[in-house]
Amino acid sequence: MGSTMSFALNPEREREMEDIFSRYPNKQAACIPLLHLCQEQQRWVNDDVIAFVAEKCDVPTAHVKGVVTFYSLFNQAPVGEHEIWVCQTLSCALRGADKLLHHCEKRLGIHHGETTKDGKITLRVAECLAACGQAPMIMVDKTYHENLSLERVDEILDALVGK
Amino acid sequence: MLKPVKILTKNYDTPDSHKLQVYQSSGGYEAARKALGMTRDQVVDEVKKANLRGRGGAGFPMGVKWGFMPKDGDKPSYLVINADEGEPGTFKDRTLMERDPHRIIEGCIIGCYGVGAHTAYIYVRHELHLSKERLWGAIHEARAQGFLGPKPFGVDYPVDVFVHTGAGAYICGEETALLESLEGSRGEPRLRPPFPAQRGAFGCPTTVNNLESIASCPTILEMGGEQFSKLSSLHKFGDGGCRLYGVSGHVNKPGVYEACIGVTLRELIYDLGGGMPEGTNLLGVIPGGSSCPIIRPDDIVDAPDPKSILHEWHGKPQLDVPIGVDTMRNLGTMAGTTCAIVLSDRACPVLAMHNLARFYRHESCGQCTPCREGTGWMLRILDKIVQGKGSIEELDMLHEIASNIMGNTICAFGEGASMPMLGFLRKFRKEIEDYIRTGGSSSTGRLAL
Repeated sequence: MGSTMSFALNPEREREMEDIFSRYPNKQAACIPLLHLCQEQQRWVNDDVIAFVAEKCDVPTAHVKGVVTFYSLFNQAPVGEHEIWVCQTLSCALRGADKLLHHCEKRLGIHHGETTKDGKITLRVAECLAACGQAPMIMVDKTYHENLSLERVDEILDALVGK
Repeated sequence: MLKPVKILTKNYDTPDSHKLQVYQSSGGYEAARKALGMTRDQVVDEVKKANLRGRGGAGFPMGVKWGFMPKDGDKPSYLVINADEGEPGTFKDRTLMERDPHRIIEGCIIGCYGVGAHTAYIYVRHELHLSKERLWGAIHEARAQGFLGPKPFGVDYPVDVFVHTGAGAYICGEETALLESLEGSRGEPRLRPPFPAQRGAFGCPTTVNNLESIASCPTILEMGGEQFSKLSSLHKFGDGGCRLYGVSGHVNKPGVYEACIGVTLRELIYDLGGGMPEGTNLLGVIPGGSSCPIIRPDDIVDAPDPKSILHEWHGKPQLDVPIGVDTMRNLGTMAGTTCAIVLSDRACPVLAMHNLARFYRHESCGQCTPCREGTGWMLRILDKIVQGKGSIEELDMLHEIASNIMGNTICAFGEGASMPMLGFLRKFRKEIEDYIRTGGSSSTGRLAL
């Protein structure tokens, strides 16, 4: 190997990586799950992660870069401690997603696509998150919040910012 | 005709419905046990008789698809389940994963046996964290019980199931893009042929089925294919069974409902969906996910030919035609995922079009020029129109661009992006022209109520 990679998974994730590899007939197929695993550890995918995944999956770094840039959930730059995704697609828009997004922007003092100065929250817009019957909705990290009113959004933001 | 049933959803309201014990206490895994005691051909036959049209949107008969899989060969076969639910307006598969994951695992066992595979991958979009957790939980429980593993139910037919996740790309719901993504690559659709049944995942024969389709298999085996098919009032058109319906947007009771096939759009909106919010009228309904052209309440069925499958509804409102794969196709739209988006007259059709154009622009994978350039061009024209700077000529251009994407791309995304545009242009031409002439002041200026 003789690798000088500066990214490493913690022992628990290292074990999970082995489990991921055991699911597929080849190593390349582990590319996306492995990128998720790395991103979970440090919240974004930098060149070190790309090199790490490329070596583990036995594919060129260009392949991993291609994957990272294709999928919208891989962060190519540092993000806040928490990520808020506001669904903007038609069913949510019909039930007030616009207002909800503007409210978040105003409350947090940032536009979507930006991170608060204290590095706590990144605000983003999402395309359809498959919660159309519970619109409008936002996803905060791994949790869906559905059937939202602006008051409810305030409660969620308060809890995140830790007033 | 509206016939609500609780078949796929029978466990939904039971506490801990995601657990093995609950699933088994309602007869769970008996159908898989039964299937593994039959021959593979018998299983495929039952599924053919069920007339189950794929629930992911394309409506291809599942049994026929299974029949494409090779009987012998030196390569392994795979079953891949498409749970990359992301077609705007569609939110039904998620309920199955969250509330009855064992039904899916049981369906995978039956499916693997039916297509000659020993491994199934369930491709779930990454955002659905609870769904993934519930599926893994069910897999672990089923393994511990021996239902998955080397000898399910004592039969020497090993089956294992894994969850694979995407990373945020609508295109991965397209089956060959999904296979690329499963193999660890960018989700760019493949040219066909070869079809997945010839060369799919990892270069091996593969069947890709929608998640609701596979979750219907235990029921098909339990009641028999023909009985399942006959639940539907469109049984005679080869469109069988019961299915999940969704309704979102401007209705009083948005949500997921189960019913026998035969439900009309009017019943979906007014009975299941609880009707329009007070003081509003129906502007239009997108029948089954955003790619399906919109239907207006004043659209009438025009089928004077007695040979047309729509003839029995000739002269009636299109809203009163049962939602089926072929009935909707003959109306010039699609049943899609049977998850309807309802727009009231408070919503501006131009803004709805713009919203969808933005979605498709964002999700085009960029592989084929007509789609990559065309979706961007359509959005730019709609941007101008929304800002009050559009022209009538540009509407014709929009029509031309959409028409030129159709049929000129590797996958059906091109059609998916163009059909809603053409649908709005056809059905709301006057409203859109008024918007352009008045710089938007003819519009309600909003989508929300």
